[in-house]
Amino acid sequence: MLKKVTEGPAGYMPQSAPSMGVELSPEGEALLYGNIVSEEEAMRDAAIALLTRDNPTIFPGPQVLWDWKDDVAAKAAALLELASEIPNCKIIPMPDYRPKYPKIDVKAEINPNHPNLTILDNRIKACIFVGVHCHYANLSLRMIRAGTDCYTTALCAYMGHEEAMASIRDVHASTVLRFKEIVIEERNRLGIEWTPTLPPENPSLQKEDYSTLAPADYGEYRSLIMTKKGEHVTEVE
Amino acid sequence: MSPNTPPKLVKTLADINYMLKEAPREKHFITGAQAMAEAVKRANVDMAIAYPITPQSEVMHLVGDIYAQGHIKEYYRAEEELGTMSAIAGAARAGVRLFTATSGPGLLRGLEAIVSWPGHRVPAVLGILTRVVNAPLSIQPDNIEMAYMMHCGAVMLHAENQQDTFDYTLAAFAIAEKVDVYIPVAVATEGFFVTHAKGYVNMMADDIALHPFDAIAAPVPAMDNETPPARIQRDAPVQKSNFMSYLIHAVWQQEIWDSNSRAMKYIYEYLGGPIEVQNPEADVFVVASGCAAAQAREAHRYAQDEGLSVGLIKVRAIRPFPVDEIREAAKNAKALIVPEHNIIGWLSKEVKAAIPNGGIVVPGPRVFGGMTLPVELIMKEVYTALGLEYELKL
Repeated sequence: MLKKVTEGPAGYMPQSAPSMGVELSPEGEALLYGNIVSEEEAMRDAAIALLTRDNPTIFPGPQVLWDWKDDVAAKAAALLELASEIPNCKIIPMPDYRPKYPKIDVKAEINPNHPNLTILDNRIKACIFVGVHCHYANLSLRMIRAGTDCYTTALCAYMGHEEAMASIRDVHASTVLRFKEIVIEERNRLGIEWTPTLPPENPSLQKEDYSTLAPADYGEYRSLIMTKKGEHVTEVE
Repeated sequence: MSPNTPPKLVKTLADINYMLKEAPREKHFITGAQAMAEAVKRANVDMAIAYPITPQSEVMHLVGDIYAQGHIKEYYRAEEELGTMSAIAGAARAGVRLFTATSGPGLLRGLEAIVSWPGHRVPAVLGILTRVVNAPLSIQPDNIEMAYMMHCGAVMLHAENQQDTFDYTLAAFAIAEKVDVYIPVAVATEGFFVTHAKGYVNMMADDIALHPFDAIAAPVPAMDNETPPARIQRDAPVQKSNFMSYLIHAVWQQEIWDSNSRAMKYIYEYLGGPIEVQNPEADVFVVASGCAAAQAREAHRYAQDEGLSVGLIKVRAIRPFPVDEIREAAKNAKALIVPEHNIIGWLSKEVKAAIPNGGIVVPGPRVFGGMTLPVELIMKEVYTALGLEYELKL
């Protein structure tokens, strides 16, 4: 297969994948190195990358971090199952899209304005983007391809991403679980022994005591603690 | 906003493909301005914001009327164009379907805000009813203003006549809102020649409307504070002076133009492609967009009557520009004649850059300042390109 899009570093100011002729896959198919392939073929290649490269990491974005619409909770649960099947997998969230000044905590989060910092500091060689809004996912994936040698996988709820090495589109919880099964199959085929284990707690987050948690404890993130659309909260502090 | 509450209308909601390709249509004899407003009427628009300077066109006046009739949820007249276009960007943050229209000097006055729409991922539809850019003061048609719009990242369609104006405007909403596009779509047509002149327009009934805007299926979060992933970036991400700031701006710009190029597949799906070709085996083609294409069509008809090997390439999409399509259509051509309604010849420059043998492009005839484009001017160039004599009589 001619690889139109490969792991970087692609250089100082790389061409975007679409400008190199990569087009999004049609429904029911996927992208692998910029080529349209079956979903299973892309999943198998991504699974092998996640199983054989150093420090595999899942980067969940806002769309799977908060239970804000139908099927998100199921998808988030499926992602935890997936993470537990990838040996030594970490989860580093992209909770929002604001640049982090003066300095990002690269152990705690990834940010679309400088995603390569988190990749490089944690020596991540294979990753999954999921639940990141498409605009920010495209920016991140391109910057990662520009400045790192990380293999990128996009699990996209919509049409996918040309910049990722493997791009799966129209992802629901069932898709994530399908991917998990392929990870297990490839892991067994490669002879990697692993007992499913959830990723470690994010090291930069303090242990929270939910019984005493108040909105103020969320600091500048407190506006994220919102009711769901249509939900009416009658008890307030 | 109007103190009177518009009536609540009950409409059948439909997919854009059904509306454009399957819905039964009736023939109406209306102006181009009416055609644009009639498309807006069927587009389930949430909000229209206007600074309507008569006599650019009646479009935003008519849109005000259809708001009063209940076809649009919100409408107001802003202070001036920069305010209008800024308010459109603000309203987009709330995740709604938006429309506005402007023209000539008004477009230029709003341009500072408009050129930031693509970067802000504002999926609004902008009507451009072209008009001379001052000075000297004039209100006549001339499409030089489109040249100022061509490099901001917006999708741009150029309508030949009243029917195109209706269809392109309706399709523009669907194209703008695709999750892999999600940038503004401008629908331009010539002021006066199209906006003030009547033509036949086949339209579906006005009790059919597009499905409502889906703010969830978006590549950026809308600022809907009722749903948790609402937090948009509070700080401008790129205002710092360091390499990362430069890089994010660079890849962001790339993303806008990638989004622009992704619109091409929808231009094929909804409008049949970015160009129309007549007589593809011809030696000489007249390449034109907007109402110059109507005159080019006439020239093509004259040439057919006279047995000349002349074809027509009508350019529907100015952005993304159909480079591959024009290159393919013109691969055996001996000359490409590009008539235009502006002095700089922005279309002929685009065509020349698109093909490997740019020397075959005849950059004209051009009219501007409101002057009409007689077919005979085009025929003169056709005859010259074919090595024939032509006595120009106007």
